[in-house]
Amino acid sequence: MNAPRFATVPEVREGLRSVDYLADDGIAGVVYLADRLGKPVLVEGPAGTGKTELAKAVAKMTGSKLIRLQCYEGLDESKALYEWNYKKQLLRIQAQRVAEGDGANWNEIEDDIFSEDFLLTRPLLEAIRSEEPVVLLIDEVDRVEVETEALLLEILSDYQVSIPELGTVMAKQIPLVFLTSNNTRELSEALKRRCLFLHIDYPQMDREKAIVLTRVPDIQENLADQIVRIVRSIRQIELKKSPSVSETIDWARTLVLLGVQNIDAQTAKETLHILLKYQTDIAKASKELSVDAPAK
Amino acid sequence: MLDLLTGFIVELRSAGLPVSLTENLDAMLAVKVIPIEDRQAFKYALGATLVKSNAHWKAFETVFEVYFSLRNPDLMGTDGEMSDIDIEELAQRMRMGGQQQANQQGGAMDSMTPQELAEMLYKALLNADQAMMRAIARQAVSRFSGMEPGRPVGGTYYLYRTLRNLDLDGMLERLMEESRQQVGGELTPLEERLEKDEFESRINQMRQEIEAEIRRRLVADRGVEAMARTLRKPLPEDVDFMHATREEMVSLRKAIYPLTRKLAVRLARKRRHGRKGPLDFRNTVRHSLSYGGVPADPKFKFPRPAKPEIMVIADISGSVAAFARFTLQLVYAISGQFSKVRSFVFIDGIDEVTKFFEGIEDITEAVHRVNTEADVIWVDGHSDYGHAFEVFWSKWGKEISPKTTVLLLGDARNNYHASQAWVVKEMRKKARHVYWLNPEPKSYWDTGDSILSEYSSHTDGAWECRNLRQLERFVENLD
Repeated sequence: MNAPRFATVPEVREGLRSVDYLADDGIAGVVYLADRLGKPVLVEGPAGTGKTELAKAVAKMTGSKLIRLQCYEGLDESKALYEWNYKKQLLRIQAQRVAEGDGANWNEIEDDIFSEDFLLTRPLLEAIRSEEPVVLLIDEVDRVEVETEALLLEILSDYQVSIPELGTVMAKQIPLVFLTSNNTRELSEALKRRCLFLHIDYPQMDREKAIVLTRVPDIQENLADQIVRIVRSIRQIELKKSPSVSETIDWARTLVLLGVQNIDAQTAKETLHILLKYQTDIAKASKELSVDAPAK
Repeated sequence: MLDLLTGFIVELRSAGLPVSLTENLDAMLAVKVIPIEDRQAFKYALGATLVKSNAHWKAFETVFEVYFSLRNPDLMGTDGEMSDIDIEELAQRMRMGGQQQANQQGGAMDSMTPQELAEMLYKALLNADQAMMRAIARQAVSRFSGMEPGRPVGGTYYLYRTLRNLDLDGMLERLMEESRQQVGGELTPLEERLEKDEFESRINQMRQEIEAEIRRRLVADRGVEAMARTLRKPLPEDVDFMHATREEMVSLRKAIYPLTRKLAVRLARKRRHGRKGPLDFRNTVRHSLSYGGVPADPKFKFPRPAKPEIMVIADISGSVAAFARFTLQLVYAISGQFSKVRSFVFIDGIDEVTKFFEGIEDITEAVHRVNTEADVIWVDGHSDYGHAFEVFWSKWGKEISPKTTVLLLGDARNNYHASQAWVVKEMRKKARHVYWLNPEPKSYWDTGDSILSEYSSHTDGAWECRNLRQLERFVENLD
């Protein structure tokens, strides 16, 4: 077992802040807990709220290596866990034959070709076998099929991988595991049960402002304040896709580049396409924000 | 502590959250490593281990509040103290802050007039002073709600009484006025909107403070278990369409969008990854050439099941309108999964409303138009299934093809008109499937003027669809 990485919850938050990730109580608390209980964290929430960023920030903070497994439909064992290096195995067999003639001892060869030399590690196995501390990020886990999810279960609950020819590979150290999900489908109970659950939503206004201030260099506080207030307004409108934190940051960067000091309705309308990605949304938002004065 | 946690988990389960034994154990472990004084961390520790879906978070929060923050101020020390900032001191602080009040006689809040209290609230809202807002919430509740121990009235009653006296809407007006004055003249519409949002969120916060205060007092009066029971609310997917309150409707509307997205993904996957077809001989032989004629890589035919064509025929009379609306919304949201969707609505007359949905991205808008523009009243605006079906048959009956799946939505309460069940029978002969969806609980079917079985005996099945969960299950199995 590892020694705990963090002593207290505030320490986690401070650490994350030092790598420019502003966590709230919930995020810091769950990261702390994940370390203490040695459990994976399932991070869920709308796109662009910093789910993947969290894993990266934690890796940076703890100085561990980040190993990333990007999930997609059709992901299988040989791409997630391990694969035997067939070509090398074939060469090995042929080399043996040439060296000793046809009477080579088959058992010897078999033992030989199913050894670690011929194993290609894929992200999950790599995370477990690593000597140094590791943060494992399993990104967009909702994209794999329900059946493939089962691949993850062994590693998530026991931190081990069973390879029939080799036996069980136990973890050298317990990695911090983050799974992210955009919630396009319900994940299986078995997977959820093994994880701590963390929902990251759009941040409160104060926090979002702080995020903009840390992420966008040379932005005026006054402008940042205006930005987050407009974004909050927009999020209240029923839209196809609400602006995410990363879009807020993009918007702030654009406005800084354009040298805008003060957002008026006209500027807002002209740059709205950075915040919103659907034409209907843009039309709706610009109508709400400027043309129609709120009827009082 | 252990007892408390066990009780807490039992309550979560009865509120409908699936909490397994492992999760229970995890929660116990988590609580051990979290410093108990840190209430936020404590809450998130329990949340992370026990709640595995965002939709359930709200229910969790309510139960948590009742169990931990309200009952045990000694256990969760920090929070209790925070709100206990001396009220007098606050009043003092406010007076120092400039703005004079009429009667300034150094009394505590208890001796203040309602006008003064309102003035204080106004100040607190203007400066977003949290501690002050909390103090005022306490004062307002004890003064206006008229709460008496043992009175069997729900929390909403007290909430209503308190809010009526505080007049928060008027407060919003005043705040807006103030900010207008500050800039000296007119605000641009954008600024106006931003200011309004800001104050609205503060007022909302105030409302929550008051609600929490009322709950705190009710818990003190009635005990935790009783209170938790009265606060128990169905999860969004379990809310009954026919008896949803306005608030629940809003949460339903919010819930339906992610649900449709999930459903569409699942249906698309099912279609793609469905059964594997038989061996594709030609393709296999062609591929075998690269292996020197050995069919090493067998190829299979992928069946491409025809997408069904859907006809929705929905009763939109008052009693079942909400249900029809949700079903239409759901069907159209996943219309990519069907080759064609046509919809008809009726009360006693029937009208086709497909065109309202065509080329429109915003389904809510379309549903609104259906409710206002469709021509569905023939005589008196009471449901007449018989007449509606008859008209449907004569006008559109020919267009039902063997590919069509017909969905009939309604409670089959026919107001004792003729049933004309033969139409359904004929439909079934022509269509691929005919299903009946009924938003009423099964035990009410065929009671009173409901004549469901007359119709349903001619369909491929009648389904009870009282909430989103049941509706989702039905649509998923549709083919």
